[in-house]
Amino acid sequence: MTTSTHRGFRSEISLTVNGQRETVMAFPMERLLDVLRQQLGLTGAKEGCGEGECGSCSVLMNGALVNSCLVPVLQAKGASIVTIEGIAAGPQLSALQEAFLECNGAQCGICTPGMILAASHLLSKKSIPTLAEIQEGLSGNLCRCTGYVQIFNAVAKAALCGEATKTS
Amino acid sequence: MRRGDENIVRSDPRDYEVIAPPNLDAVVALLGRSPGGWLLIAGGTDVMVQYAAGKLTARRLVSIWNLPELRRIEVLPDEIHVGAGCTYTDIREHEILVREFPMLASAARWTGGIANQNRGTIGGNIVNASPAADSLPALLAYDAELVVVSVRGERRLSYAGFHLEYKRTQLAPDELIQAVCLPRRFSGYIHHARKVGARNAQAISKVCIAALGRVSDSKIEGVRIAMGSVAPVPLRLRETESLLRRKAIDESLIVLARKTAAAEVRPIDDIRSTAKYRAAVAGNLVAEFLNLLMARGETA
Repeated sequence: MTTSTHRGFRSEISLTVNGQRETVMAFPMERLLDVLRQQLGLTGAKEGCGEGECGSCSVLMNGALVNSCLVPVLQAKGASIVTIEGIAAGPQLSALQEAFLECNGAQCGICTPGMILAASHLLSKKSIPTLAEIQEGLSGNLCRCTGYVQIFNAVAKAALCGEATKTS
Repeated sequence: MRRGDENIVRSDPRDYEVIAPPNLDAVVALLGRSPGGWLLIAGGTDVMVQYAAGKLTARRLVSIWNLPELRRIEVLPDEIHVGAGCTYTDIREHEILVREFPMLASAARWTGGIANQNRGTIGGNIVNASPAADSLPALLAYDAELVVVSVRGERRLSYAGFHLEYKRTQLAPDELIQAVCLPRRFSGYIHHARKVGARNAQAISKVCIAALGRVSDSKIEGVRIAMGSVAPVPLRLRETESLLRRKAIDESLIVLARKTAAAEVRPIDDIRSTAKYRAAVAGNLVAEFLNLLMARGETA
């Protein structure tokens, strides 16, 4: 097997990120996470485990929650991506973000962008989720600080404020 | 970031070629020109994990993510055809699948968290061939068949014989799975699926079961029991089934079935559990299923 010669080559990949059309030059196997962070300067999505277990790299791809560490950027070609940077409308925080602040849903902050995107995805499907549904919706997102209760409370609170209509 | 951590060798994206043909015919033609030369990648929930660990030996990948020919669920009078590229989310949200194949829908709900369910596919789960996969025992219990395509044509095979040994399958190097066919003849059965693991989401099962059966004139009928993580391949417990067939359920039969199942499985010790624990749990899961069948089997 040849390991020293590079098989891949960079090509132009266009995608929509937080409503804005972007074109990057990337190798097809580059991870969406790395392209977002390194090429587009969107460092809200974090790398935790790098293998799809922790959810800290969560973003929305065409409205579906995905782990951006497991998406080769070629598969995001033409897709619409929403990162945590696209959740607030300018300086105006979303109802979910406000609820996380009020309920102390964030502590160290590493998991928070992924939690908010997972919650946003949940509320887009189920405007008033039960506690069990909130727990299931966030089950792929690990938090080592809060013990989760404050996070669940934040999502429930945001649901009552009608978060669902604001995200896609 | 793990930069500087010498234990982890990150893969270099420059080493990989990835193409995304526009349709299934183009993928099939490509595999036909170079059998075994390309690795298929759908939602990446297995392939990208190997890549992250520096263990992805294939250097040429074909993306089949979101190909429309692989992402539809066709409801026919006698069968449901689930495209191999359907995600766990597609499966768990499909009303007819949820109603008629609840063990498959449950397994889809247990596999990973929501983000992985949005990307992981049923075809990928089959081809990855992990003996611990949650959805595979359900396919065994439901007598699923696979539609497999290549430039040589289409063939249909029983899923029951698909896994030859650990991670080795009947799929030829130029073939790919197009659809999973589920026969619609299990209404009136008790469907019992259960996963035993450290936690439901994300954690891989220590043992999982998918079992079907019904009771008619006080006798067990149509019993099918399949398990994951108890053998090198997803396992159908045929010996236990033949013990149960056309018997009346009572406590002594349950005791015997528990023993038979525990002896029939071939588990190993690994990072998630031990062979001894798995065999005991396998017996318990069969007993639990039979208790359910005894309580509800006549009225299902």
